[in-house]
Amino acid sequence: MAEPRSSGGTLGGLLPVAPVLAPAWRPRWGRLVLDFARRKPLGAIGGVIVLSLLVMAVFADRIAPHPYASSIAGARMKPPSVKHWMGTDNLSRDIWSRVVYGARISITVGFATVALATLMAAAVGVSSAYLGGTYDILVQRVVDAWISFPGLVVILSLMAALGPGLLNLIIALSILGAAGASRVIRGATLSVMASPYVEAARALGAGHPRIVRLYVLPNVLATILILATIGLGQVILAEAALSFLGFGIPPPYPSWGAMLSGSGRSFMYYAPWMALFPGAAISLAVFGFQMLGDALRDVLDPRLRGASGSVS
Amino acid sequence: MRAYVLRRLVVAVPSLLIASLIVFTLPRLIPGDVVQLMLEEKAYGKDLEDLRAKLGLNRPIPVQYVDWLGAVVRGNLGESLWTRQPVLSELARRLPVSAALGALALAVAIVIGVPIGVIAAVRQDGVLDFFARSLAVLGLSVPAFVMAILVTLLPAIWWGWTPRTQFVPFATSPAAFVLQLVLPAVILGITSAAGIMRLTRGMLLEVLRHDYVRTAWAKGLREREVVLKHALKNAVIPVITVLGLQVAAIAGGAVVIEWVFGIPGMGQFLVDAIVQRDYPVIQGINLMIVVIIVASNLLVDLTYAFLDPRIRY
Repeated sequence: MAEPRSSGGTLGGLLPVAPVLAPAWRPRWGRLVLDFARRKPLGAIGGVIVLSLLVMAVFADRIAPHPYASSIAGARMKPPSVKHWMGTDNLSRDIWSRVVYGARISITVGFATVALATLMAAAVGVSSAYLGGTYDILVQRVVDAWISFPGLVVILSLMAALGPGLLNLIIALSILGAAGASRVIRGATLSVMASPYVEAARALGAGHPRIVRLYVLPNVLATILILATIGLGQVILAEAALSFLGFGIPPPYPSWGAMLSGSGRSFMYYAPWMALFPGAAISLAVFGFQMLGDALRDVLDPRLRGASGSVS
Repeated sequence: MRAYVLRRLVVAVPSLLIASLIVFTLPRLIPGDVVQLMLEEKAYGKDLEDLRAKLGLNRPIPVQYVDWLGAVVRGNLGESLWTRQPVLSELARRLPVSAALGALALAVAIVIGVPIGVIAAVRQDGVLDFFARSLAVLGLSVPAFVMAILVTLLPAIWWGWTPRTQFVPFATSPAAFVLQLVLPAVILGITSAAGIMRLTRGMLLEVLRHDYVRTAWAKGLREREVVLKHALKNAVIPVITVLGLQVAAIAGGAVVIEWVFGIPGMGQFLVDAIVQRDYPVIQGINLMIVVIIVASNLLVDLTYAFLDPRIRY
């Protein structure tokens, strides 16, 4: 990952690039995973949860016994049973099916947001550190102002501006996440820029695009990856909170946060399972991503402890 | 010290200006016109243009911005487009409620987070440490609004007890006012407490390895004095930094918690204003929040000097 491709054969061969993740030997993935599980058991549990969520999201239509919006005749607010093991809601819908489809929303929002946010954060952070000067000062003041707002307040204002819906939610959340992450990426870029191999590349006459592509980007990649993993949990939490407040994904699509508010809340004294299972799903998902992210950070780059911004 | 405070306040001005610009532009991006919305719901004016002129929304946006900024500097946040009430007086009514909630939450975060962090560090890898760390993980994973649902739901199922929903103002009964905020504040503070506990533990573990701590032990001091007097004071500075960041987190979390518990604070005000596209109210609340956060950051920096005499401004 850290080896620059030796196109042209001069720079790649001559200049050492500080290794980030790549060990000199070829990794045996099975061993690597086992080692990780032994060193970071909580992280491994997190990994298993994340993996199950992914499977649930991808194969939701096979796993869920019923479609998420279909009413089952004669099964209104039934308690958990063998047939509906998470019970049914006030519109006679199977809650387990809705939780499974909810994973699809959480995962979609999570990954799309983090991808978009990372792209923006990398563009802003790397360019700000690389170009420096007035541009850097200007951009950083805007970032300052942006991250001094409480996340949820910014998001609420943005969601009100954009209107509810999946795409708008992703855009709003990624704009918010990008600001904080760009600061960390800027810091990482600054330290890479100060290293001798960048100076050497410049002395050899490498142009800006080449330096950024072959020397800067590969070396801040670990930082970016860790920020992205930790960000996933926070985005899922933010989506749930927003849907809970009614600014997220509109019904009947089953977002966990939305299931917990609205009818979930008004009927919860009669049918507690309507609120308990979505709540458990949110907590479990946040737990999984958090533990996996923490463990990855400890293994890959312990300097990043406490470097992530929080959404809510 | 005084020079430093003054310098910090001057530096805060450009940040506040940019923030005010964001605060001003953001609500105006809201699609759907407040004017149209008002005409639909109530007969506020003859037609769109008439109403727009009445509200001063027909002028160019930069003009509106400069106008608003000028008024803000003179201590006038404008009035709500809907109720025609001054935003400032409404804020003055709601800010104390939110501030009380936030302060209680912060207190909960400190009172739970720091001592448990200390115990976990002193008894590293012991049973207490294991418990404390598991609790922290739990506190970080269960979102505040899920916890809020659980604490209203579970006691209702088990003991038939539900928290009262009628809000008691401070003037009616100060004791009842504070009492009703305790449960929401605990929920709001727990997430912060978990973070603070983890940080306190980590920092203290590092400090406990230093030579001067060994010296303190060698002098024959009791554990209490070594940990609390010598180690903790040096471990606590990053904790204060994070505490400053928690102010923003708590302000954001308060929006959800106020909504769940029906507390008439700033958060509820904001959600309502956003739904109604009440520009001056959204601007006023957001500006107020930014000012609070800038002030708390300054306070954090000043606390450093108090805790560590080597830091001088």
